[in-house]
Amino acid sequence: MALARKRAAEQPIQIPEKIAVSLTVNGVARRLDVAPWTTLLDALRDHLDLTGTKKGCDHGQCGACTVLVDGRRINSCLTLAVMKDGSDVTTIEGLAKDGALHPLQQAFIDHDAFQCGYCTPGQICSAVGLLAEGKAKTADEIRELMSGNICRCGAYPNIVAAILQAMGQS
Amino acid sequence: MINFQYARASDVADAVRMIAADPSAKFIAGGTNLIDLMKEHVERPSRLIDISRLPLKTVAETADGGLRIGALVPNSDLADHPLVAQRYPLLASAILAGASQQLRNMASTGGNLLQRTRCAYFYDTAAPCNKREPGSGCSAINRRSRMHAILGLSESCIATHPSDMCVALAALDATVHVAGPSGERAMAIADFHRLPGTTPQRDTNLQPNEIVTAVELPAQGFARNYTYLKIRDRLSYAFALVSVAAALELDADTIKEARLALGGVAHKPWRDKGAEAALRGQTASPATFAQAADLILRDAKGFTHNAFKIDLARKVIVRALTQAARGTPQSQSNKKIR
Repeated sequence: MALARKRAAEQPIQIPEKIAVSLTVNGVARRLDVAPWTTLLDALRDHLDLTGTKKGCDHGQCGACTVLVDGRRINSCLTLAVMKDGSDVTTIEGLAKDGALHPLQQAFIDHDAFQCGYCTPGQICSAVGLLAEGKAKTADEIRELMSGNICRCGAYPNIVAAILQAMGQS
Repeated sequence: MINFQYARASDVADAVRMIAADPSAKFIAGGTNLIDLMKEHVERPSRLIDISRLPLKTVAETADGGLRIGALVPNSDLADHPLVAQRYPLLASAILAGASQQLRNMASTGGNLLQRTRCAYFYDTAAPCNKREPGSGCSAINRRSRMHAILGLSESCIATHPSDMCVALAALDATVHVAGPSGERAMAIADFHRLPGTTPQRDTNLQPNEIVTAVELPAQGFARNYTYLKIRDRLSYAFALVSVAAALELDADTIKEARLALGGVAHKPWRDKGAEAALRGQTASPATFAQAADLILRDAKGFTHNAFKIDLARKVIVRALTQAARGTPQSQSNKKIR
């Protein structure tokens, strides 16, 4: 860290202007001004007050920050908000429709697929992406394609059961 | 994270101009490795040049029956592409053995080539590291070297290249196309990544003002007899201790052509053409495969925490060649090794 600070002092950069970014978040057009280094995760949580998406490791290792961008699941901690200008973003807050839970949300409740719940928004958004991809057919394939979402409470068997239930409905 | 400027390139020529004008700038595409390294202060670019919108996202057949893959094709799209799945299943399998679906959805083909080692000392800015801070020393030698190299290493660096995709590309004899201020050029994948030698800070032979535009595969895809067998500390979402991409062309039991590339054991995907030559004309059998493994590992060097990888690599090579010869490639979802 000392080395990094020294380097930063040697190479000062001009603080850039904030950059205007337009996103459609959960169906609503949003415009925000962000510094270039604002991750999509921080933009959602700190600029748009959508705190359902969680910051776990902040390094793409845990999956808690998983959201859907243009229908594909990604780690929002490893992408910059400015790079996603013009994109369509779906977070956990955007899954329920007309007061009815998304089938995966209901399935997670039915199967008690969580304990502390911190990883759950990421798990559910990841599973929405998984169902849309349509590649997983078996429990083995679900486990493999959900491996980017860590649950330190160890609710994995119930998470797999919940996804299998939702898969049966879709 | 560090502070930086942000700019978007409008086309490849624009991207090359922008990087040439600012030596401390970096390209960003998927960002999965670079943003992580910036959060750790390992990479400290003053400017990011966003190339993610450039038109390098197509997979197209080439005139000679091969495949040209745009540098910005996401890893997940590449693995799922029908032509890759049918004709180059080794490549699809290797991609699916790496990272998570979220990361594969973001990570680009070119970025996968350019990802940096996951050596813990490279990430730890308080530790000496010749790759991060040339001349400061290597912290990994004789310390925690479980994930480190046993082949092609130097006293300067025992880091490994972390990619699975590149191991398959090495076995398939891919070509990397790049563009720079003086035009375009192509490099064999074997010449793209470097061994550490005394300059481990240089991972590749890409010049600072060049950009990867495409990866090209030759026609031969070894779709019948191949496997990608990856051994790691957990079943999924972990870097390789040892991985082997094996591809064979058989005439009954006789090996006509053999390709072998190893991951997790060297500073670059490791190919040994001598061992491949020794397999040609031989009968496909465990004894033949063991001889090839011995050839590949004849100069292997282990340290306190990774010496086990020499024997592990020998076993993985034999098992991978056996899977390839049988036509029973390793499943990347059911992890039982047969």
